[in-house]
Amino acid sequence: MPTAIEVHNLRKTFKGGVRALEDVSFQVEAGTVFGLLGPNGAGKTTIVRILTTILPPDSGLAMIMGIDVTKSPQLARERLGLAGQAAAVDERLTGEENLFMIGRLNHLSKQVARTRSSELLHDFGLEHAAKRILSTYSGGMRRRLDLAAALVAQPPILFLDEPTTGLDPKSRNDLWEIIEKLLADGTTVLLTTQYLEEADRLATRIAVVDHGRVIAEGTPDELKASFGATVLELSFQDEGTAAKAQRTLGALASAPIQQLENRLELPVADGAATTVLVLERLLDEKINPTKINLREPSLDDVFLALTDQHPSDQEES
Amino acid sequence: MATTTVSSDQHRSKFFWMATDALTITKRNLINYVRIPQSLVFSTIQPVMFVLLFRYVFGGAIGSETSKLGLSYVDYLMPGIFIQTIAFGSVQTGVGLAEDLQKGIIERFHALPMTRSAVLAGRTIADLIRNLVVIVIMIIVGFLVGFRIGTNIGEFLAGVGIALLFAYALSWFFALIGLAAPNSETAQVMAFPLLFPLTFASSAFVPVQTMPSWLRGFANHQPLSVAVNAARSLMDGPVAAHAAGSTTGDLAITAIIWCVVLLIIMIPLSVNIYRRRV
Repeated sequence: MPTAIEVHNLRKTFKGGVRALEDVSFQVEAGTVFGLLGPNGAGKTTIVRILTTILPPDSGLAMIMGIDVTKSPQLARERLGLAGQAAAVDERLTGEENLFMIGRLNHLSKQVARTRSSELLHDFGLEHAAKRILSTYSGGMRRRLDLAAALVAQPPILFLDEPTTGLDPKSRNDLWEIIEKLLADGTTVLLTTQYLEEADRLATRIAVVDHGRVIAEGTPDELKASFGATVLELSFQDEGTAAKAQRTLGALASAPIQQLENRLELPVADGAATTVLVLERLLDEKINPTKINLREPSLDDVFLALTDQHPSDQEES
Repeated sequence: MATTTVSSDQHRSKFFWMATDALTITKRNLINYVRIPQSLVFSTIQPVMFVLLFRYVFGGAIGSETSKLGLSYVDYLMPGIFIQTIAFGSVQTGVGLAEDLQKGIIERFHALPMTRSAVLAGRTIADLIRNLVVIVIMIIVGFLVGFRIGTNIGEFLAGVGIALLFAYALSWFFALIGLAAPNSETAQVMAFPLLFPLTFASSAFVPVQTMPSWLRGFANHQPLSVAVNAARSLMDGPVAAHAAGSTTGDLAITAIIWCVVLLIIMIPLSVNIYRRRV
């Protein structure tokens, strides 16, 4: 498979000394979805802004389709589409006018720009709203139009910067379905997200980004496997009981036990067998769990293990 | 999913796309203006109030001064009002640009193969068209309150042309302010301390001869007065040129030189700042 996106030793420090990117390298194969996963302020958006020619890097190499984006930004721009986290569409234009405008600014002929707008409005279920001003759109509709705008010129590479941040579950699901359909077309996608579920569902490979560095990379399954355990969740009547259980069960877990209020999460190497041991031990100590659940590790667990903190705990920067 | 195969019109020249991009952005800005009709209504109501205020409230007092120069006050006033109105309208260029810069859409523009400076060109051209509409409205208002052309239609239109050229030059000046301002509110607030002395310490509303001598020098030669004097002479006739101590031709040429020099300085400066800002 040819490489569609290549990033080598990318560094960026903003005015005022904020180090956005320490040293980032990764490669994306053509026709795959690469997820950049990380908390707010990890540097995901900075990577996207550099690759889409909006921001120059301090040093390092950023290439799309073999084109150095710093040296030949114009060629790069003809090959990429960008859908941003703040829906970048004109509030006072209609859906149709927005897409036509973006088509023209992509240097499509009037006729092609018009045809593409109506095709995309149809594909994205926005036909009925084509002639409505954007300020009357719902959040989900606006994101769909934003995504459509990124696709007007049929770019081979698509950048989706937190495409579903702030959307309700229904709209998020709708958008995921649209993105999945796109992937069937063979478009290469770079997706940034802070939602582990989103990366898990859409991405073929994931790079976990934190403090301007890639701290782990692999397929979603590889990342979960590197965590190396199933998770046994136990709930108790109160926090005190949970704490007591944590002391009792410490030796049985394959990694430190996380306590979240009255709930314990035990990474266990051998799910079923260890569960029996855990229950025996609790019985001996006369501790009664209120709820028991055995599950596969989520990317949340992976993130937690990698960064030692919950993604949503980090401050925005 | 979609089926149409897309290839951009590569055979067109660079200049074709420069112009097309500017027009695409112009259209976008004009649609924006039309969709908030309040902005056009209010930008017209204020100058109409100025006309009524000066024509009927202050006019009686100032009129005795202008009649010494051989001009009725309404004929003296209206060319001044035209220039003042579009000068105020030009502030919108800076406000609109500052607003654009706050929005996500500018990031999208910069990831597109479009000409970057089209954002500035499209903004100033849209404001020029908007000013043209406003000036037509003000001309009608002028006729309603008794303003009459003292020359011929050709010279009158030349006067309108100078007013619009001046508005375009000012648009680029306010573009600079809009680009330097952190947000659109600040751009608005920054514009007025600059605009006020230009508008009122000028020959727009009162003959400069009535001002104290220390103010007269500035009031006579600052660019807004230069534009007003030229437009007034072209609209009212040689009497107005004489009142400004010159001839219509000289006044017109001076005004045009002022505007061109302003444009030569402001355009590259704005484009430069714009490139660095984004």
